[in-house]
Amino acid sequence: YIHIINKADMAASKGLKILVGCKRVIDYAVKVRVKPDRSGVVTEGVKHSMNPFDEIAVEEAVRMKEKKLAGEAVAISVGPPQSQETLRTALAMGIDRAIHVEIPLAQLEKLQPIHVSKLLAKVCESEKPDLVILGKQAIDDDCNQTGQMLAALLDWPQATFASKIEPSQDSKQLRVTREVDGGLETIDVSVPAVVTSDLRLNEPRYATLPNIMKAKKKPLAKMSPDQLGVDLQPRQEVISVEDPPVRKAGAKVESVEDLVGKLREKGLVK
Amino acid sequence: PQLLLRRRPASAGAFALLARPASSASGGLPPLTTEIHPGIKRGAFSQLTDADVSAFEAIVGGDHVIKDADEVLSYNIDWLRICRGQGQLVLRPKTTEEVSAIVRHCNKRRLAVVPQGGNTGLVGGSVPLFDEIVISTSRMNSLLSIDPVSGVLVAEAGCVLEQLDREAASQGLMMPLDLGAKGSCQIGGNLATNAGGLRLLRYGSLRGTTLGLEAVLPTGQVLDCLTTLRKDNTGYDIKQLLIGSEGTLGIITKAAILCPARPKSVQLAFLGLDSFQAVLDTYRLARRSLGEILSAFEFIDSESMRAVKKNLGLSCPLGEHSFYVLAETSGSNETHDREKLDGFIESVMSMDGCATDGTVAQDAGQFAHLWSLRERIVESLLVDGYEYKYDVSLPLADIYRLVEHMRTRLDGRVIRTAGYGHLGDGNLHLNFTTPKFDAKVLELIEPHVFDWVRDRRGSVSAEHGLGLKKSQYIRHSKADFAVRVMAEVKRLLDPNGIMNPYKVLPDE
Repeated sequence: YIHIINKADMAASKGLKILVGCKRVIDYAVKVRVKPDRSGVVTEGVKHSMNPFDEIAVEEAVRMKEKKLAGEAVAISVGPPQSQETLRTALAMGIDRAIHVEIPLAQLEKLQPIHVSKLLAKVCESEKPDLVILGKQAIDDDCNQTGQMLAALLDWPQATFASKIEPSQDSKQLRVTREVDGGLETIDVSVPAVVTSDLRLNEPRYATLPNIMKAKKKPLAKMSPDQLGVDLQPRQEVISVEDPPVRKAGAKVESVEDLVGKLREKGLVK
Repeated sequence: PQLLLRRRPASAGAFALLARPASSASGGLPPLTTEIHPGIKRGAFSQLTDADVSAFEAIVGGDHVIKDADEVLSYNIDWLRICRGQGQLVLRPKTTEEVSAIVRHCNKRRLAVVPQGGNTGLVGGSVPLFDEIVISTSRMNSLLSIDPVSGVLVAEAGCVLEQLDREAASQGLMMPLDLGAKGSCQIGGNLATNAGGLRLLRYGSLRGTTLGLEAVLPTGQVLDCLTTLRKDNTGYDIKQLLIGSEGTLGIITKAAILCPARPKSVQLAFLGLDSFQAVLDTYRLARRSLGEILSAFEFIDSESMRAVKKNLGLSCPLGEHSFYVLAETSGSNETHDREKLDGFIESVMSMDGCATDGTVAQDAGQFAHLWSLRERIVESLLVDGYEYKYDVSLPLADIYRLVEHMRTRLDGRVIRTAGYGHLGDGNLHLNFTTPKFDAKVLELIEPHVFDWVRDRRGSVSAEHGLGLKKSQYIRHSKADFAVRVMAEVKRLLDPNGIMNPYKVLPDE
């Protein structure tokens, strides 16, 4: 099932310019703990790293460069000062330059996809990328909104949950395979477009030493939300954050008769 | 969110997840140890009677006396599956008092016993040879206390190391040792073998971090040296006799360990190098530039990496190199540590002949994967079939010379000769593999490899201990008089010789 959205030509001659979004999140292997005052989770002193779906997005951009589909890849992160480290990781994987939209600590906790997508939209106005690749969702909030909101704000086509990105048959568009509930859906999108990466898109590379060293010299520009003219007024208020309910211990039974008896007791079996 | 990322490979701690590797010997069972070592004669111990079994049942309860042959079998086979004993009975006490009662009875009756923790030892020291009774500490698994201020952790001997580390983590602490067997090994066994591991370089040995212990001596008497004091110079430090005694001087029942603060920042660099000299140069650089934050320095040779890739299907992010090095840092400040690591990497890359190929772990998943390339080598070699394991201390310059020498000597006779280990401690792990046990291969290896080490004043067993497999070679690394003094101590504490006989000291 191929769904053609529209027929604008791809700027195939010098390769696409790609903008990749990276978010700094609590490392996925860390056991997250809720703060005693239930206002959020403990982040102080906890290991952070790049959102795994964003790593996949970065990897895809670098691969597209290697395949000469893309000419320049730029990474962008909206976050605290430490987001710079996340950007350095992206640069070490092969991204050309980075942009850090620094958010003051006070506003960080209230930052929502609506704000991030507006900031990214503003950056797209000046950077004019052909393709924006974002992770499909961040593993801290699991929102799965930024990519979709960004496409709407820019009025660009979107291809979310991508497990494959390649040129379309006539090379004028991008053919994206999407992971959907029923299986896989393949669509052609014209550029500029927003794509969000899903797990099976690729396996991110390890940053090699020479690239880690080179990354230090690559340009990293800083911007503020004020410069971009975006209002970070929160639209939501977090009332409380709690642990999921503790799973009650099960009971072991000695025989099939016992099992049937217990099931009857609970009214699950007549 | 965790579920979305299942494709990351299994982390270290594989011992816990791993079903015991299948033996390649006939029928899947290893040969009886008595067949491999026909020269060892059963000591003048009594035979187990029904009256003995009843006595044990009265002490621990019928449920915790294992007599069924199938169940008892697993306690008779070591983790490497190179030993199989003929013990008929396994006891699983819950308290020190029960252990004391059991041992008192065995001493009176002259019944031989083998203390057993996680049974992850690599020198056949934790399983019976003949019909010794296995005393398992597995049920003595209570964590007694953790003091977050002093960092002292007190636990029963049967606590699994990885679980203790998790408990320590909840208090901002960590266990001072870490080894591949952490998912199964127990702290009592760690003390009894003076286990070393990956971070001895930084945190020292258990001889320094164990503040106190409680043990049951071979007469059944309880030795209470369980202090939590950092400093206590009152008399002879008897616990040091038990640490590293491999269960031959008593059964450790409780331990007090000094835990360091858990580092806030752990970084890992993984380098590819093309000569052993480059490995040594990189180590020198690491000590200079990483200094106090260096927490591990391991090396792996190309043969070991080949085994891990081929036999376990793990992937290596670097190209083909003769050697690989893992340099880990642990510290209290991430920015500070990263700066130091950057400095180290810059020096490494600008040094002649040094690493140009390498990576730094960017997240916990990469960290675990890179460590698994080192921690799962033992497991990967077992897939070849039968593994001959050697663990020696040598002057740094000699470490790889031994590997090359033995590789030449065994050329064509083995599947592979793998060398890797704790370079920072001067500790080489040298392993050979064949599809099945081959006595001729063993003859080519021993005693030659031990003689080579002795001639360079090394240790024939850096951290694995002597157990059954190396007891005859003790004089390669210890003066004869020293061995005789050890025998006197053994006679003093174990007059009937019931406590883990045939192990550690040579029979005479």
